[in-house]
Amino acid sequence: MQRPGTLSAASANRRYAGRVASTYPTVDGAGIRLDGLSKSFRSPEGPVHAVREIDVSIERGETVALLGPNGAGKSTTIDMLLGLQPPDSGGVSLFGRTPRQAVDGGLVGAMLQTGSLIQYLSVRELLTMMASVYPAPLGVDEVLEQTGLEAIARRRTQKLSGGETQRVRFALAIVSNHDLLVLDEPTVAMDVESRHEFWKSMRSFAARGKTVVFATHYLEEADQNADRVVLMAHGRIVADGSPTEIKGRVGSRTIRATLPDADLGELSGLPGVANADRHGEAALLSCADSDQAIRALLERFPAARDIEITGAGLEDAFLALTADPDSDAPDAAVAL
Amino acid sequence: MRGLVYTRYELLRAFRNRRFFFFSIGFPLLFYFVIASPNRGVHDFDRSGISLPLYYMVGLTAFGTMVAMISTGTRIASERQIGWTRQLRITPLSTRAYFRAKLLAAYMMSGLTIVLLGLAGSSLGVSLPAGHWLAMVGLILVALLPFAALGIMLGHLINVDSIGPATGGGASLLAFLGGTWFPLGSHGFLFELGRLLPSYWLVQAAHTGLTGHGWPVRGWVVIAVWSVVLSAGALYAFRRDTKRAG
Repeated sequence: MQRPGTLSAASANRRYAGRVASTYPTVDGAGIRLDGLSKSFRSPEGPVHAVREIDVSIERGETVALLGPNGAGKSTTIDMLLGLQPPDSGGVSLFGRTPRQAVDGGLVGAMLQTGSLIQYLSVRELLTMMASVYPAPLGVDEVLEQTGLEAIARRRTQKLSGGETQRVRFALAIVSNHDLLVLDEPTVAMDVESRHEFWKSMRSFAARGKTVVFATHYLEEADQNADRVVLMAHGRIVADGSPTEIKGRVGSRTIRATLPDADLGELSGLPGVANADRHGEAALLSCADSDQAIRALLERFPAARDIEITGAGLEDAFLALTADPDSDAPDAAVAL
Repeated sequence: MRGLVYTRYELLRAFRNRRFFFFSIGFPLLFYFVIASPNRGVHDFDRSGISLPLYYMVGLTAFGTMVAMISTGTRIASERQIGWTRQLRITPLSTRAYFRAKLLAAYMMSGLTIVLLGLAGSSLGVSLPAGHWLAMVGLILVALLPFAALGIMLGHLINVDSIGPATGGGASLLAFLGGTWFPLGSHGFLFELGRLLPSYWLVQAAHTGLTGHGWPVRGWVVIAVWSVVLSAGALYAFRRDTKRAG
């Protein structure tokens, strides 16, 4: 499914130019606001612009995926969201408070990308210990049940498998009974089954009306678990909308046809075509509606041959939208 | 008291760490038996009028408690390495509650060291007047404050791969300059230097067990100044550490 060679800078730029119109209302102070947030780091190769002036507005109760490849700026964004790193410019507001105030008030629970558990306590003891620092925590038994940890509640933390450790870290994130749950690549260390179980608990938590923001580079996870996907690449937001909208933007199927003389502009103007590209003699059409597009193509270009129509998932949307939009930026390729 | 729940588990954790326990408390005990057991009949050690088992009991109490305090740093460094300190940063746990738990865990270790060395001393025939005991333990607990702060500071400044040599070397140097292993005399450069260090006054606190005499004003001042300076250092190191990007 991966055909990175088909993505010219020009086509990526066109896609990048306009964000999917957001239908999310904004009410000041109520949800999460990231305003013009930027962050750079020094590196031996010069400054790395990890996050470049992003604006995101998330309402209470939304489940939002921050999707992007490694180095897109997701973790840096999450660190700033949680107050772990100060932004170079711009501001963060969590329910009308600064990140620090929100964290101190017990409004935020988070599971960071990396991290292990302290040793010499059982799962239950560790949960009890950490629940005690919050003003209104959930019951430890309730959390153990919800995260499927009852069976290993008495086990010491140093004896847990990688997947179990992640589940305990998730339990630690939700025991606080906060309004906002932030997860940074939560399923990285999990096998398929743990992943499934994990998202099940996450969804049941979100169903209580909690706001959830999670970073992932798994398209499937974003597609299946989020109401809304904020797609990041090279420190910028390249798309923001429902998973369906994101897929629609880049075309859900691709038509490939040998068509040496056709004009690209004309091809991309065909009904149902989101974008057209050329690969040698072949034309590649990313389609929002491939049925409509194939009819129009054959009508207009009867000489088209070797026609293939392939299904494209979010994967293609992802590749298309996260292709480097501006090759003039020297640090664009630096992975963080 | 919710704050105490957190502290209680912090203590439990320290208590259950068997290897740490063994090296932190077992070593001073082992040292003590190796040195004092064969010499239990020496009643006038180095013409001090004090028996050898007593002399080394108080000396190793000073050393063992100091090591127990500074080694908090080792545990903090490993918590930082696994990302736990960052995790704590996104909870409402206050800096004060964090320090209190670390401090009490360190004091628990030291308290246990004092008790076990006391029992070891008794088993070799050491006996002290109750007043001397109380004065000694009280002053030692005060004198340990700067070392608690030092341990926390080092834990937040130094990485887990170099924390061992840093705390071990630091403790040895402080013990040496403080006159733990041999008397510093009553004049000269080492003596003057030693009298400015908290380890000297820790040793003097332990010697209260021998003499019944407490510190002069200078002792209180030195311990107070080091406590304030190192606590500020610990706070600075903690804040700097938790702010840094991971």
